[in-house]
Amino acid sequence: MKPRNFCRKILATVLLAGISATASAQMLINGAGATFPYPIYSKWFDEYVKVDPSVRFNYQSIGSGGGQKQILAQTVDFGASDGPMSDENLGKAPGKILHIPTVAGAVVLTYNLAGNPTLKLDGDSIAGIFLGQIKKWNDPKLAALNSGAKLPDQDIVVVHRSDGSGTTFIFTDYLSKVSSEWKQKAGNNTSVNWPTGIGGKGNEGVSGQVKQTPGAIGYVELIYATQNKMPYAEVKNSAGQFVKPTIDSVTAALATAEIPADFRFSMTNAPGKDAYPICGATWLLVYEQQKDPAKGKKLVEFLKWAAKDGEKMAKDLDYAPLPETVQERVLKLINEIKM
Amino acid sequence: MEVATAPASKAFGAPGEPASARQVMARPSRFGDKAFEWLTCAMALTVAVLVILTGWELWIGSVGAIKKFGFHFLTTSTWDPVADQFGALPFIYGTLVSSAIALIIAVPLGIATAAYLTELAPLWIRQPLVSLIEMLAAIPSVILGLWGIFVMIPWLRDYPFAWLKRFFGWTPLFSGSIYGPCMLAGGIIIAVMILPIIVSVSREILRSVPDLQREAAYGLGATRWEATRIAVLSYAKKGLFGAVILGLGRALGETMAVTMVIGNTPQIVASLFQPGYTLASVLANEFTEATTDIYLQALFEIGLVLFGITILVNLLAQLLLRTIATTSATRAVQ
Repeated sequence: MKPRNFCRKILATVLLAGISATASAQMLINGAGATFPYPIYSKWFDEYVKVDPSVRFNYQSIGSGGGQKQILAQTVDFGASDGPMSDENLGKAPGKILHIPTVAGAVVLTYNLAGNPTLKLDGDSIAGIFLGQIKKWNDPKLAALNSGAKLPDQDIVVVHRSDGSGTTFIFTDYLSKVSSEWKQKAGNNTSVNWPTGIGGKGNEGVSGQVKQTPGAIGYVELIYATQNKMPYAEVKNSAGQFVKPTIDSVTAALATAEIPADFRFSMTNAPGKDAYPICGATWLLVYEQQKDPAKGKKLVEFLKWAAKDGEKMAKDLDYAPLPETVQERVLKLINEIKM
Repeated sequence: MEVATAPASKAFGAPGEPASARQVMARPSRFGDKAFEWLTCAMALTVAVLVILTGWELWIGSVGAIKKFGFHFLTTSTWDPVADQFGALPFIYGTLVSSAIALIIAVPLGIATAAYLTELAPLWIRQPLVSLIEMLAAIPSVILGLWGIFVMIPWLRDYPFAWLKRFFGWTPLFSGSIYGPCMLAGGIIIAVMILPIIVSVSREILRSVPDLQREAAYGLGATRWEATRIAVLSYAKKGLFGAVILGLGRALGETMAVTMVIGNTPQIVASLFQPGYTLASVLANEFTEATTDIYLQALFEIGLVLFGITILVNLLAQLLLRTIATTSATRAVQ
């Protein structure tokens, strides 16, 4: 009989799963948080099995907010966040939480204009567009920056992220640094009170809406723009150079960004003539004092591996690896973890 | 129902059956009845408890925001996570308006489809059509949303919206520039999503209208339209209203697809071409990344408001249903 066969199959699978779970007494390390670094983290977890088969990782990419909440509630062994934790949230923690930077990424301005010209933008004009003050593509400010390109007499349609995201955090962090008006009117957070524009959900929502709307401009992670073959702007950095967003120009920004001892740094608008100004790092969050010594030891081993060998995989997945000087500092930080 | 159960009960107490056999049968069946009663009662209670617990959890989660913002939460329009200022009015407005648009489109379409399927369509076409409509219900809402961004919105923007603007641009409803994602697009996508439930429930209801009704109407010389209108639709009014309420319930809580096409801007403007925002959308958008306490509590309160609106709408519907029932009853007496 068919249904009985089906039941047997299910029973067999359940039993098998039970047996295999008990047979290989693997240690399970739980993590949760940011979605932006999820592709590289899952690659690391896959690769690390070859290094140490006794550890398995379970990572839930539920968003940076969720990652911070779960590490505070100690429901995970490590958290992950695209923005550093606030003093307020750190104050709620039962112990000292370390910020371990892993990789960085760029946020690019992508647009939909006839002929796909490569635009040049500066902080002032980007803030003007997203504040709703620059309304037309042939605005004198934009024309002055792009003397070569012919910009149409067309309305600018601003597209921003509607969901709270690290990408928005990086973008508004940059805008708050370059425009005092932006800082005062909208400010810096994972989601803000946008002065103008349409909200698209996720990188795919923003890139989709930019692609569908003539005259639109939006911000997405670099990888989304390259994968969807969308044009993106060169942005003037604090040294006065127009820089194309690439993995190298992000690493250049990391190299010159001021990084304090607790690693809660912002790398937007970093000095240095090769640095792309709109980019940000992502962090793993772990307690300095590990509760479970066996698990803590395995976690530290993994973190060390990630900081050395894992970094080499970043470029293939379109993430900017940490420069060597920062890597050394990160390794020192990992050594501070106590069992 | 009565027709179906009558022969069964007769067979059970059949006079030819020996009395002893009946007694043997009776005992276990009584135990089974009791067990069944308890089991179903427990299940029904579980549902009720779940609803109450959900409301309770939402209340607990939002107490801080309720204390801080009070009634202003429902009457102000600023939603600023940076300054910790939260007002839900644009989301409430967006939820109600987008659901209303959806109902305006989906109800006539749904009931007409159901009427065609039960009253007029040739038999060979009914089953394929029904299957197609049921398949529409099986499409995941993310897929519908992506379809909305890439196919529906560009088409709407270039043809129907442009047409509406040309002829009705003088009314506040269709004024201003057309971006694509907007309140109207949100309402249309909800209409697509609630259409299957309205059609299938309405169809079941129209099918349950006894043929006697139709025959009587035809017997009095009614045309097909008159028979459908008076004998079928009017007779099934209460049930059809229930179908609409089921659709509305879905419309209020619809999240993913709407978020992708409504534009996600918390504002209250008359023009349906402007982006809007709904309660469910802001939850889907911001819940995962909310880090401060008050922000999270405000989002919980959004959930509570949505919960409240859904209950309120259902209560109003019950009330309306009762008035419809009483008026048609008095008319029947007259």
